[in-house]
Amino acid sequence: MTFFLQLIITGFAQGMIYALIAIGFVIILKCSEVFNIAQGHFVLIGGYLGYTFLVPCGLPVWASLLLAIGVAIVMGLLIERLVLRPLLGEPVLAVIMATIALATILGGLATLLWGAEYKAYHGLLPTITLNIGTISIPSESLIGLIVSVVCVTILMLLFRYTKIGLAMRATAEDLQVVQSVGIRGTTVFAVSWVIACVVGVIGGILLGGVSGANMELADVGLKAFAVVLLGGVNSVGGAIVGGIILGMLENVAAGYLDPLLPGGGLAQVFPFFVMIIVLIFRPYGLFGLPRIERI
Amino acid sequence: MGSRTGRFQESYAQDMSIFHSRWQWGIAAAFIILLFASPFFCSNRVLTILTMMGIAVISVHGLNILTGYCGQISIGHAGFMAVGGYTSAILCAKLGVPFWVALPCGALAAGTAGLIFGLPSLKIKGFYLIMATIAAQFIIIWTIIQLRGITGGADGLSVPRPKIGNIVLSSKASYFYLVMILTCLGTLLAKNIVRTRAGRAFIAIRDNDLAAEVMGVSLWSYKLQAFFIGCVYAGVAGSLLIHYFSFASTDQFPFMDSVWYLGMLIVGGMGSTTGAVFGAVALKLLDEVVTMVGPILSAAVAPQAAASLGLIMHGLVIIIFLIFEPRGLAHRWGMIKAYFRLWPFSHQE
Repeated sequence: MTFFLQLIITGFAQGMIYALIAIGFVIILKCSEVFNIAQGHFVLIGGYLGYTFLVPCGLPVWASLLLAIGVAIVMGLLIERLVLRPLLGEPVLAVIMATIALATILGGLATLLWGAEYKAYHGLLPTITLNIGTISIPSESLIGLIVSVVCVTILMLLFRYTKIGLAMRATAEDLQVVQSVGIRGTTVFAVSWVIACVVGVIGGILLGGVSGANMELADVGLKAFAVVLLGGVNSVGGAIVGGIILGMLENVAAGYLDPLLPGGGLAQVFPFFVMIIVLIFRPYGLFGLPRIERI
Repeated sequence: MGSRTGRFQESYAQDMSIFHSRWQWGIAAAFIILLFASPFFCSNRVLTILTMMGIAVISVHGLNILTGYCGQISIGHAGFMAVGGYTSAILCAKLGVPFWVALPCGALAAGTAGLIFGLPSLKIKGFYLIMATIAAQFIIIWTIIQLRGITGGADGLSVPRPKIGNIVLSSKASYFYLVMILTCLGTLLAKNIVRTRAGRAFIAIRDNDLAAEVMGVSLWSYKLQAFFIGCVYAGVAGSLLIHYFSFASTDQFPFMDSVWYLGMLIVGGMGSTTGAVFGAVALKLLDEVVTMVGPILSAAVAPQAAASLGLIMHGLVIIIFLIFEPRGLAHRWGMIKAYFRLWPFSHQE
C-alpha cells in the first residue's frame, strides 16, 4: 500500500509538471489554432539553460530563473515572427510541419551549444523534505509541484484580470471578431508563443533539476501531447487534470508492470498507448468540445 | 513539335496521359537507359547513394499516396517500414524463405499494420491523426524490441544476402539493379494508382472529406485503401533497406526518419508523383552534402557540429520550402517547363 501511495504521490507531482508544459501547448492551440510539436524542445532548451546559468555561470537560483525566462521571451517572439507569421492562413499540415522543423532546429541548436551531453545540476535547487506517515515525498517533486501550482495560478489570474488575457480568451473564441474591435491578432499570437516558451523553459528547469538535462528532455513534449489529448485539446483545466492523471498512471504502470516485462521501458511508450486508446474511444478528450463541421 | 505553341488536349484520356509527346518518351527512355548503365561508369560510393535514393523514393511514393493524395498525414512511416523490413528479415533469416517470397510478405505485413493503425483515421483527422501515427511509430518499435525471441530485440538480427534463383545479390551493382527496377515499377504504379477511380476518390477526400462522402465516396473504404497502399510501399522500402545492410536493427527506423519522409514530400511537392521523386532525391543529396561538410565543420568549430548541422539544415530546408515554395520542386519544375513550352508567349503569374 505504501508503495502504491508513493507511486501515486510522485506521479501527482510529476503530473503537475506535465500539466504546466501541456498548458503552453493548449494556449497556442486556443489562440492561434497551431499544434505546436516543438513544445518538448522548449523544455529541452529550458533544461540546458538552467544548467548554463546555475553551473558554469554560478548564478543564484532566482537570477537563473529570471534570465532563463528572459531568454524564453526572446525565443518566443523570434519564433512567432520568423516561422509562424509567414505561415498564417496556411493549411494545417504546413503549420504542423513548420513546428516539427522548428523542433529539429532547436534540437540541433541544443546539440551545437551543449554537445548533447548529460548535464546534472540537481542539488542546486532548494530542497524541502516532507514526510506524511511512512511516505516520503521527494524534494524535487515537491519543488516541481509548488512552482507548477504558482505558474498555473499566475496564468489563471492573467487570463481573468488583464487586458491581454481577455484579448487572448476572446481570440480563442473568434479571431475575426477580435480583429474587428481593434485588437491586433499578431500581438495575441506573439504573447501566446511567449507564454508557451516560458512555461516550457520553467518545466525544463524543474525536470532538469530532477533528472539532469539531456536530449531526452524533449520527449516530455510527447507526454504533453498525450496529456492534452486526454484532457481535451482546447481546455486549460483539462490539461491540468489530464497531466495529473497521466503522471499517476505512468508511475503506477511503470512501478508494477516494468518488473514483469523483459525489455522494460514501459514508462516511455505508456503515453502512446493512452493516446491511441483516447483517440479511438474519446477523440475529443475528457473536457474538449466536439468539433461540428459543415460543408 | 511544329510551329504550335503549347499543348492541346482534346479528350480526358489525352489530358491524363503520362507522356504528352514523343519528345517526353525520348527523354524518359534516355533517362532510364542512363540510370541502368550507371554501374558501368559510377563508383561504388555513387551506387550506394543512388540505391539509398531509390529506397527513399519508394517509401515517399507510399507516403505521397497516403498524405499527398488522400490527405491522411502520417508521421509513422518509418515504423511501417520497420514492420515490412522485420517481417521479410525474419522470414529469410529464421525460416529460410526465399527473398522474392519474403519481400511481398513483408509488404503485406506492413500494409496490414497500416490498416490497423489507420482505423482511428475513420473518426479523427488533422492533428489527432498525426498523434495516432506518431504513437504507431513508437508502439511498433517498442513491440519489436519486446519480441526479443524472434526479432533479436535491441541486438538486431543478421539476414543472409538476398538470392533470386541462383543469383546472389552480393555486389553493389546487382543490388542497385534490384532497387532501381522496383523503384521504376513503383513509380509507374504510383502514377497509375492516382489516375484510377481510387486515386480520384483519394483526391476528393483530401480536398473535402465531408463533400466527398456526400457525393458517395466511401470514406471508410478509401481511407483504409490509402493506408494499405501507402504502407505496402513502406514495407517494400523497409525490406530493401534491411536486406541491403544484411542486418535488421530498430536504429534503421528512427522517428526522425518518419519526419524526413514527410519533409521530402514537402520539398518535392505534395500530391505529385514527380514531386515524390524530386523530394527524395533532393533531400538525400542534401544528406550527402551534410556528410561531406560535417567532418570539416566538426574539426573547425566543435566535435558536435556535424550532428547539429544535419538537424539544423533539415529543419531550415523544410521551413524555407513551406514559406517560400509551399508547392514544392514539382510545381517549380512545371513552371519552368511551361515557360519554355509556351515561349514566346509565356506570360503567367
